[in-house]
Amino acid sequence: MASDARMVGVRPYAELRETVARRDRGLYPKNMSLSEAAGRISDGESLGIGGSMMSRTPMAMLWELMRAKRQNLVCSRPIITSEGDLLLGSGLSRHIITSWFSQGIMWGVSKVMRHHVENGLARYEEWSHLAIGMRWRAGAMGVPFMPTRTMLGSDVLAARPDTHAMQCPFTGEQILLVPALNPNVAIIHVHRCDVYGNAQIDGLPFMDVDLAMAADRVILTTERIVSNDQIRRAPDQTKIPFFCVDAVVEVPFGSAPHECYGLYEPMMKHLQTFTDLVNADPVAGMKAYLDRYVYGPASWTQFLELIGMDELLDAARRARDLQND
Amino acid sequence: MTKGTAYSDNELLSVLSARELKDGQVVFAGIGIPLLAACLAQRSNCPGLTILFEGGIVGASIEPGKLPPSTNDQRGARRANMVLGSSEVLLMMQRGYVDVGFIGGAQIDQYGNLNSSVVNARDGRKKIRLPGTGGGNDIASLSNLIVAIKHEKRRFVEQVDFVTSPGWLRGGESRRDCGLTHGGALRVITELAVFGFDERMRRMTVNALNPGVPIDEVRANTGFELIADRDLPVNEPPTDAELRVLRELDPNRLLLS
Repeated sequence: MASDARMVGVRPYAELRETVARRDRGLYPKNMSLSEAAGRISDGESLGIGGSMMSRTPMAMLWELMRAKRQNLVCSRPIITSEGDLLLGSGLSRHIITSWFSQGIMWGVSKVMRHHVENGLARYEEWSHLAIGMRWRAGAMGVPFMPTRTMLGSDVLAARPDTHAMQCPFTGEQILLVPALNPNVAIIHVHRCDVYGNAQIDGLPFMDVDLAMAADRVILTTERIVSNDQIRRAPDQTKIPFFCVDAVVEVPFGSAPHECYGLYEPMMKHLQTFTDLVNADPVAGMKAYLDRYVYGPASWTQFLELIGMDELLDAARRARDLQND
Repeated sequence: MTKGTAYSDNELLSVLSARELKDGQVVFAGIGIPLLAACLAQRSNCPGLTILFEGGIVGASIEPGKLPPSTNDQRGARRANMVLGSSEVLLMMQRGYVDVGFIGGAQIDQYGNLNSSVVNARDGRKKIRLPGTGGGNDIASLSNLIVAIKHEKRRFVEQVDFVTSPGWLRGGESRRDCGLTHGGALRVITELAVFGFDERMRRMTVNALNPGVPIDEVRANTGFELIADRDLPVNEPPTDAELRVLRELDPNRLLLS
């Protein structure tokens, strides 16, 4: 399970530079629909997913990719929860690069993850949380690796041939080099951005800035599109610059049923419904969920209707309550 | 000490874990008992405790009844001193700003190595895939580690099936030789006893027994040979005050159950 020889290789610097040079980095409106944005991602590409755990998951974009029947995306994310089950269950991905993969703390071990990984249907490539961060950071920095002092001596390291332990040339200390990870595409959900892609994130940024700078292309979903004037009123809040962004999609509640800082908390009733279904039967339960909640609705708004007004408002109320002293 | 209030295993684990923390320390806490214990300490004998979560939270201040569902969400960030990237908070630990790391695990061995990745099924043929390290490996690699774990024979094994989070690896100097020059397994806390590690071999030793637990019961639930003095101290049971603060923190028993 751990020693699959296929590696996600470090990409040559010249290739990374040429990819950036070829992109249209001009100031032009990039707002489009979910399905148009999904059309910019091809089968087999590597996909970096923003947010972490149940926070700021670009769920609407993943939902649209499942509906578009994209396949075999190599997905990386710091920590993966219920969206990971959907990635595997829908065939969107058979290779997940992460540090932790289950549905959430309160549900134990994901039966979907176990079904796919234990039966050899999918790869779970495990790195430490910091190592994922340093891989994206190296990618963001345009260097082939980052030195770290983590993972050494462990079986997490033993299972990763695409690392290199070495003596520091300056001090002689043992350090670990983790390889840069430059995904083909990053999908990131943000609080607000302008039509050019200047994006502002409230609260926890996780590893999203490194991911945006590491990727060849960046697709943003945003709770709302604001004017460039509004962005310029608080430039200290801008975390991702427009010139690395290729598409902007306005999707209110775009992380549902996960959370978005300050706006809504996780929608636990829906997540409980999901978990009960797929853990009872990781194949039939997953199919039932996908049919009803992913392939069934005509639009993201219809999916939100299936979650239900009660739960959406309660999630929003709880998030606002957290901001209340 | 007030006596008498009954308590659950998880409550005992949380209280004993909280007692290991000292005021003024910086603690990097994982989800579950570690988070609860750190919050209990902060709200009792360690008001100056600084709690870090891997979601990018520095100086957490969890209010009673408002426990976060993970260490990567807005609920955990409420009333913190600072929020920043997940890499940044993990790098603070690599830089040396964290006094104590605090996590759980599925399986532990005599050298304090933890497994939360893959366990061999009892028939030996199948491997059961678990969620994985998260920040556990980073915390164990870079800090002095306290582990809170349920004491069962299948969890306390001679050698873990997979070293997710390194303790003293194979004992002696093996941890340092791998490049892990700082930190290491400091304490293991279970519902039966509190454990440390001897300086030379780095094997697990019994530091103190929990109230009403004979050493034979500890041995019977441990899959390796335990080092223990003949006269072991006994931990004070949780006080009413400790239990009250703990139960106020988690009134719905999200993490305590």
